[in-house]
Amino acid sequence: MERTAVRGRLTWQAATVTGLTPETAAVVTITLDPPDWPGHQAGQHLDVRLTAEDGYVAERSYSIASAPGEPLAITVERLEDGEVSPYLTEELRAGDQLELRGPIGGYFVWKPADASPLTLLAGGSGIVPLRAILRDRLRTGSDVPARLLYSARTLPDVIYRDELGQHHDGVAVSYTLTRAQPPGWAGHTGRIDASLLADAAWPATAKPLAYVCGPTSFVETAAAGLVGLGYPPDRVKTERFGATGGH
Amino acid sequence: MSPISRGFRGRRRAPAGQEGRLPPGQYLTEDFPVLSAGPTPHTPLADWTFSITQGGATEQSWSWQEFRAVPSEDVTADIHCVTRWSKFDTRWRGVSVDTLLDQAGQDAPYVLAFCDGGYTTNLPIEDVTGGKAWVAFDYDGQPLEPEHGGPARLLVPHLYFWKSAKWVRGLALRDHDAPGFWETYGYHMYGDPWKEQRYAGD
Amino acid sequence: MDALDGNAIGGLLIDVFGAEMTAATGTCGACGDTGPVAGLVVYLKAPGTVVRCRICGNVLMVFVKAHGMTCVDLTGMARLDQPGAA
Repeated sequence: MERTAVRGRLTWQAATVTGLTPETAAVVTITLDPPDWPGHQAGQHLDVRLTAEDGYVAERSYSIASAPGEPLAITVERLEDGEVSPYLTEELRAGDQLELRGPIGGYFVWKPADASPLTLLAGGSGIVPLRAILRDRLRTGSDVPARLLYSARTLPDVIYRDELGQHHDGVAVSYTLTRAQPPGWAGHTGRIDASLLADAAWPATAKPLAYVCGPTSFVETAAAGLVGLGYPPDRVKTERFGATGGH
Repeated sequence: MSPISRGFRGRRRAPAGQEGRLPPGQYLTEDFPVLSAGPTPHTPLADWTFSITQGGATEQSWSWQEFRAVPSEDVTADIHCVTRWSKFDTRWRGVSVDTLLDQAGQDAPYVLAFCDGGYTTNLPIEDVTGGKAWVAFDYDGQPLEPEHGGPARLLVPHLYFWKSAKWVRGLALRDHDAPGFWETYGYHMYGDPWKEQRYAGD
Repeated sequence: MDALDGNAIGGLLIDVFGAEMTAATGTCGACGDTGPVAGLVVYLKAPGTVVRCRICGNVLMVFVKAHGMTCVDLTGMARLDQPGAA
C-alpha cells in the first residue's frame, strides 16, 4: 500500500460546559452542550482540544460517559503529571467553551439490539464507557443479563459507586480492590485472575459478548483471562487507556 | 483559528535573558518526556555489543565490558525534540563517537545508526565527529533507564533529538545519505533545530 | 510506557480515510495476522503515530503531521478492509 498526504475531515465544535460533578477525589464528570451533536453509541469517545493564548495546542480522547439521548458527558481522571486532565478537573468552569469532535469509534460500541449476555470488565477509569453501556441498556429497556467486574485500587476510587449500586434487574456488579480494602470488605481483593473471572464473568457457554476497558496492562491480563475461559477472541472487545487514565 | 481555552496555560518559554537558548518553535520542559515508536527493548548486557560496520562487514565491535573500558566523559547539553519540547543542561556520561571511530580506523561520508527494535537514523560523519556526538550510558548521574534508551543511546545534541537514537547498537558507515526511520516517514534528513528543519522540504 | 490500541486513533483515521476505521480489518504484510484495527498496537507519543502488528511487531501504519497535512504510510499493511468487505 502507498504513501500519501490528506487534509482533515472530522470537524471540531465549541461545546458549552454546563456542569462539573466530582465523582471521587480525582475524578470529575463534565456535562457539555455542543451546538451540533449528531448523537452517539454507548462505548464511543470524543476528542477534546485545548488551545492556549500562545497557540499551544493539546488534544486528548475521553470516553463518553452518558448514554445516547442523555446530556453529553465525559468523566475525566486527574493525572498527577497530566497536562490536560488537571485543567479539565480543576480549572474548567460552567459556561466555559470546550472544543470537541465526535463521536468516534465503531468497534468498541454496544448496540441495544444485540441480545448477547454482557461481560463487562473495568480497570480504574475504564469503567466510563462501560457505564455508558449500562445506562444505554437501562434506557432502551434491554433485558440482556450483564455482569460487571470492576477493579479499582480502593473503595474511594470507585467511580459511579451509588449508581452502580442501584442496578438490580439482570445486572450483577462485583468489585475487586487491589490496593486496600475497608474493614469487613466482602468483595474480591487483588488483581483479576483466572479464578476471579471464572467467578464473576459469564461462562463461555452463555455465548457472551465482553467489553474490557482500562489501562493497557489490565486489559491484556483480563482479556487473556476471558480467552482462557473459552471466549472466542472476536467476542472480547478491548479498549486500552494509557497507563494511568485516558489517551 | 481555534477558540482559546480560558485559563489553559501555554508552555514555558525560556527564562528572561536565556531566550537565545531556545530554538524557534520550542518550549521549555522540566521533565523528560518518553517518546517511542515501539516497545522498549531489554537486551541483556551479556548479549550487548556496539559495532562499527561498513559494506555489511563488522570493522570493530565492543562488548559491554570493552565499551565501558573505553575512556568516557561527562557531557552537559541542551536537547531539542522535534515534538517541540526542549530541556536545558541535561547531564550525560558517554564515549565520544570520535574515540569509537578512531579505534575502528574507518571513514565514510555518512553513518546510519542502528538499534535494538529496528530503529535507524542517518547522519553526516561531520555531525558525529569533532566532539559533537557520544554513545551515552549514564543520564543525570545514573545508568540510563531503558525507557530513555538504556543501556546506551546515541547523543547528538546539536540536532533534533530523534537523531539521538535510543538503544543504539552501532553505526554503519555509508557512502550515501539514506533515510532512517523518521526520515523515511517525512522528517528532515538533517534536522537542525536552529533552522527549524523538522520535516522533509523544510 | 504502555502502548495503546487502534481505538486511540479513531479520530485520526476518520481524518485520513474519511470514515470510521477502528472496526476495519487489517492484514499484516509481514506475518499475515488479520484483525480489527482497534486491536493493533499504537504508539502515540512519538514524532509520529506508529501502528504495529500485535503478533510480530511489524510497522503497519505511520502518520506524521507536517505543515497542516497528515502524511500516511501504509507500506507495512497488506490489506485494509471495511467491515463487511469480501
